[in-house]
Formats: sequence, C-alpha cells, structure tokens
Amino acid sequence: MSKPAAIEGRAASQPAQWSDYLQLLKPRVMSLVVFTAATGLVCAGAAVNPLLAAVAILCIAVGAGASGALNMWYDADIDARMRRTRARPVPAGKVPGAEAAAMGIALSLFSVMLLGMTTNWLAAGLLAFTIFFYAVVYTMWLKRWTPQNIVIGGLAGALPPAIGWAAASGEAPLNAWLMVLIIFMWTPPHAWALSLYTSEDYAKVGVPMMPVARGAASTRKQILIYSLLFVPICQIPAFTALGGPVYLAVAALGGLVFLLLAWRVFRSRAGDAPDERIEGEDRLYAVRAGSKDARNLFAFSILYLTLLFAALLVERVGRIAPLELLA
Amino acid sequence: MTESPESPKPPVDPAAAEKARRGRNIAIALGLVAFIVIVYAVTLIRMGGYVAQRPL
Repeated sequence: MSKPAAIEGRAASQPAQWSDYLQLLKPRVMSLVVFTAATGLVCAGAAVNPLLAAVAILCIAVGAGASGALNMWYDADIDARMRRTRARPVPAGKVPGAEAAAMGIALSLFSVMLLGMTTNWLAAGLLAFTIFFYAVVYTMWLKRWTPQNIVIGGLAGALPPAIGWAAASGEAPLNAWLMVLIIFMWTPPHAWALSLYTSEDYAKVGVPMMPVARGAASTRKQILIYSLLFVPICQIPAFTALGGPVYLAVAALGGLVFLLLAWRVFRSRAGDAPDERIEGEDRLYAVRAGSKDARNLFAFSILYLTLLFAALLVERVGRIAPLELLA
Repeated sequence: MTESPESPKPPVDPAAAEKARRGRNIAIALGLVAFIVIVYAVTLIRMGGYVAQRPL
C-alpha cells in the first residue's frame, strides 16, 4: 500500500483523535516561538511574577498555534497535493476544515484577551497583529501571489521576541526590534534553502516560491545576498547592550560558518534540473550534491538562530553583563 | 486541474468512534479546567497587591 493510500485509509476508517487537533497548532513551529518569546521576556530585564510570565508565554504559544490552525484550514487544498504536507489533519480528512477554522478563531481571541488581561495591551496588540499577519496577510494573500511571500510573511515569525519583551516591561524598545530584525533577516536564507530541494512540490500546486518563480540560480544568489546582510546584523546586539561576550563569540563564529555554507549553496547546483548531457548515475549525484549543500544550510540556520537566542538567555540568567562596544 | 472523485469512506467502527470522542471530551475538559485555574491565579496575583494596600 502506498503512503497516500495508507493515509487515506486511516482517515476514512478512524475518527479524529485529540492529538489531531493538537497537530493543527503546529507544535514544532510553536516550540521556536516559545523559545524566542521567552528570550525576549527575559532580556527585558523587568521584574515579572513567574506565573504571569509563564501565562504570557503560554498565550503567545497558543496565539501562534491558532494562526497555524487558520493556515491549515485555508491551505488544505494545496497541502493535500504536496508530499511534505498531505498528512496534515485537514487534507488527510481527519479534521473538517470548518472545525480547524473555528478552533483557530476561538484560540486567537482567547490568547489575545488573556495576554492583555495578564500583562498589558501592547503585548496583546502585537500578538493580535502577528496572528492577523500570518493568517491573513501571509497565508491568504502573499503566499500564492508573490515570490517575496516568505520575505514579507517572515515578519509574523519574527515578532515573538518583541511580544515577550512587551509582556515583561510594557514597552518595545530598539533592542526588542533588533531581535525581531535578526529573525526577519534569517527567514529568507532559511526558507529558500529548504525550498531549493522541495520546489517540485511548490511548482505542482502553483505556489510562487522563489526557485519556482525566478529559478534556482537566482534563489542561490539571493540566499547569499541575504546571508551577507544577516550575519553582520547578528553582531549588532554586542554594540547595543543586548548581547555579551558569549553572544558575540557565538554570533561571530557561527556567522562565519553560516557564510561558508551560503557560499557553498551559491556555488552548488542545488535546485537545478539534472543536466541532460550527464548520463547515468553521475547525473543523479550531480544534483544530489547540490541538494546536500542546501540541506546543510537549512539545518545549520536552525542551529545558529537557536544558539544566538540561547546565548542571550544564558547571559541574562548567568548575569553576564552585556557589551556596549559603541559606548 | 481536475480532482479525482472522492472514493466512498468505509463505515467508522462505533467502538473506535466512542473512544476517540471520549479522548476529545477529556482534552476539552482539561483545557477548560486549566483556563479557569489560570484566570483565577492571574486574578489573585494582579489584584493581590491592591487588596493588601487598601485603607483599613
């Protein structure tokens, strides 16, 4: 039995489990949101009741999950035709689309209201904007319209540190937006590295991801350009009293590795169609070698972002004073 | 693009449906209880300071 047939068979013969509804909240994306929001909250340096801080993080996580549910409801038609997404609860037939939408709307309202009542309305407003931006601006508008979809849409995934900072202190200063900028600039090379080896799926459903709309060579060049902008931006916190020596070491060394991997992707043939002139197994390996470079950059991008935010967290918890290289 | 017509779904096993519904109901109940506890605790923390400072 092929995989899709197996999925359909399960969908048809088994009713929805509670875990299928949990999958609607995209738990893996939620974990990154929780981590970056918690870092923002801690870096604010404000005295917050631990329980209120935990509830704030929970609200941000549930709000992010709610926007994921709305995304799965709206995108069920294309998700059903892509290998990576066809086992999701709505396209697999486990959860009706209307229930996913209702759950998304209900959890959005609950999370924003509870965050407002628990902390302040600046944080709640930023969370509401994040949900709206991901579910409406990105999912319903940008994703199927422009190859810049993940560049602009990346703002939604970048905002959690500012929400966490605002939840703790009631304000969102420049350092909070610097954390947002880091994630915002990280998103294009991260997402395009993935799309270089999954572009067949996107082409099939007509989503204009960069390799589909502009070609693999242009995507590889843009990955390199964004990486050249992204890595210097990652060093800025050491100049603005946000990051300390641990952060600077991680940002500088990791940044060099990031640039090296981006350069390798640029020089590779990742995302290219196999060369007609090469024959036999050589042809297969020529393309696979390029895909490996793209996979390496994709995997390291996750590690690098995690290490950057972990360094900020460790320095705050370990009371390591931030650097002020501009002062 | 034309979609292939959906094949008719086989009947759902009543025992499995009952078990799945029970699991979903318990999950909703736990979610509601957690929400109530959170609102109660947040209210105590947010109001506690003002109650302590009230004129006697």
